Amino acid sequence: MVLILLGVSFLTFALMYISPGDPAQQRLTSQGVVVSQEILDRQRHEMGLDRSFAEQYGTWLLKLLGADMGISYKDGFPVLGKLIAALRYTLILAAVSLGTALAIALPAGVYTAVRQDQISDYIIRLLSFVSNCIPNFLLCVLLMYLFCIRHKCFPVIAQNNVQGLFLPALSLSIPLTGRLIRQIRAEMLEQIKKDYIIGARLRGVNEKYILFHNALRNALPGIITIIGLSIGELIGGSVMIENIFRWPGLGKLVMDSIVNRDYPVIQGFVLVTAVIYVGIHLIIDISYKYLDPRIERR
Amino acid sequence: MQVLSPKGAQKRKLYLRRRFTVLVIIAVALLMISALAPFIVPNNPYYNDALAIRSMPSVQYPFGTDGLGRCVLSRVLMGARTSICATLILVFITFVFGTFVGLLCGYYGGILDTVIMRLIDILLSVPQMVLTIAVAGLGGGGMMNAMIALGFTSWIVYARLAKCQTISAKQEDYVQAARLGGHSGCRIMLVHILPNIAGSLLVNATIQIGTMLIGFAGLSFLGIGVQVPQAEWGSMINESRAYIQLAPWAVLAPGGAVVLTAILFNYLGDTARDLLEVKV
Repeated sequence: MVLILLGVSFLTFALMYISPGDPAQQRLTSQGVVVSQEILDRQRHEMGLDRSFAEQYGTWLLKLLGADMGISYKDGFPVLGKLIAALRYTLILAAVSLGTALAIALPAGVYTAVRQDQISDYIIRLLSFVSNCIPNFLLCVLLMYLFCIRHKCFPVIAQNNVQGLFLPALSLSIPLTGRLIRQIRAEMLEQIKKDYIIGARLRGVNEKYILFHNALRNALPGIITIIGLSIGELIGGSVMIENIFRWPGLGKLVMDSIVNRDYPVIQGFVLVTAVIYVGIHLIIDISYKYLDPRIERR
Repeated sequence: MQVLSPKGAQKRKLYLRRRFTVLVIIAVALLMISALAPFIVPNNPYYNDALAIRSMPSVQYPFGTDGLGRCVLSRVLMGARTSICATLILVFITFVFGTFVGLLCGYYGGILDTVIMRLIDILLSVPQMVLTIAVAGLGGGGMMNAMIALGFTSWIVYARLAKCQTISAKQEDYVQAARLGGHSGCRIMLVHILPNIAGSLLVNATIQIGTMLIGFAGLSFLGIGVQVPQAEWGSMINESRAYIQLAPWAVLAPGGAVVLTAILFNYLGDTARDLLEVKV
């Protein structure tokens, strides 16, 4: 885990190192003033850009361990502070989207697995297949057109309230729901076909009890894994959604930074997401133990 | 899948095979259209008709025009060339690279395997889209950078799958026999193992086409993929979303194109998976 994060830090640093453009120049010219070579050289020296790659990485890493991600080229504020301020919004958006998607996908996935090959199964599968093929940015634009321009019931620019959250969350959760239904259905189908279910059924155990206490319980570790993976997709997808709705989260911050060539912020964004993502997977790994005690014994 | 009688299974197989053929024909037709786009476009996709800005769909402009008076249909067709060609090239390169890496890791194992697997762990610890956006953003946009950014992470799928399959193929008798026959490792990998594991890898590649297409359009939508004025579906949606209330067709046409193409390739992948009965 620590090794992986170290690797990610190396990766992000290397990416920035090889990316075109001179950070010193970026930083000095971000106010639109032309600078002389002398000032540029001094700035380069101050930023340590004239040292070797290993030295630069070492200094950067040491600062990182002290929770110092450097300062933004654009406005000179600490990167970490900017990221944390934005992170809150992204987490709210991701949590609401994931919650909505799960609230629909879990029952629908179980239902389609039970009703395999019946009409309701086909309809839900068709819907989930199609929703999985719609890019979230397109969906977002269409929803915006429908709700904000045609019917004027939601604001075009998301405000920080429930009304403002509704459309961004909806456009993130629809494609996710489609994917989750498909995967949950597959997990459940796999369990339902197993011998212990048939055995329980032969013993005359209540069908509902079998479904929720046996099949679903055994499918849970698989479902949790799927949820963990989808959190990554949510964070990635929210970049587009946040930019369309001007939701002040990480995604908007990173796109603004890309436009401004504000490299430390982009770097911090990758690092922060990696920490969250790795953390989530760690929690999931631990949760397996509680969901399925057999895993520990193995 | 339900347990079917032999006859039922046969019927299903026949149905799947037909479905597969039809889908392949449609896909090939789509590729032809995108390859021949410059010759079949009704209007010049880059010509600004100042008198027909944001005009409704008509005979001259079947899908209307966009905010700069350019023919939307022509741009969608030209965009097909950019989007689909770029996606296919990307999937092909990552597929070949990933498979090759996976074969090597699975067959030889050892230090090479350990190093590459750790590298993969590192790459997977960042959500794919996040890394892609960061790489494309740092690279400064452009089609080539977008492709590199997408390719940066997408080879992993093939590498892991190929590695797993190679390890299990290594235990099979035919590989042991080939080894006893004194064939070189290279020959065993390419001639004996590769054809046997190609099925599931190809299915995987087909499924990836849809994902890559959407990813590519997404990057262009954000402005860090294909640059304007070059026609590409994602950037077209981004350009015309500002005046969607005046000219919805300028968003709907490229949007519909992305969705339909994604559906086609995803459905093709699903069918191929069911037909070959591989698990991906």
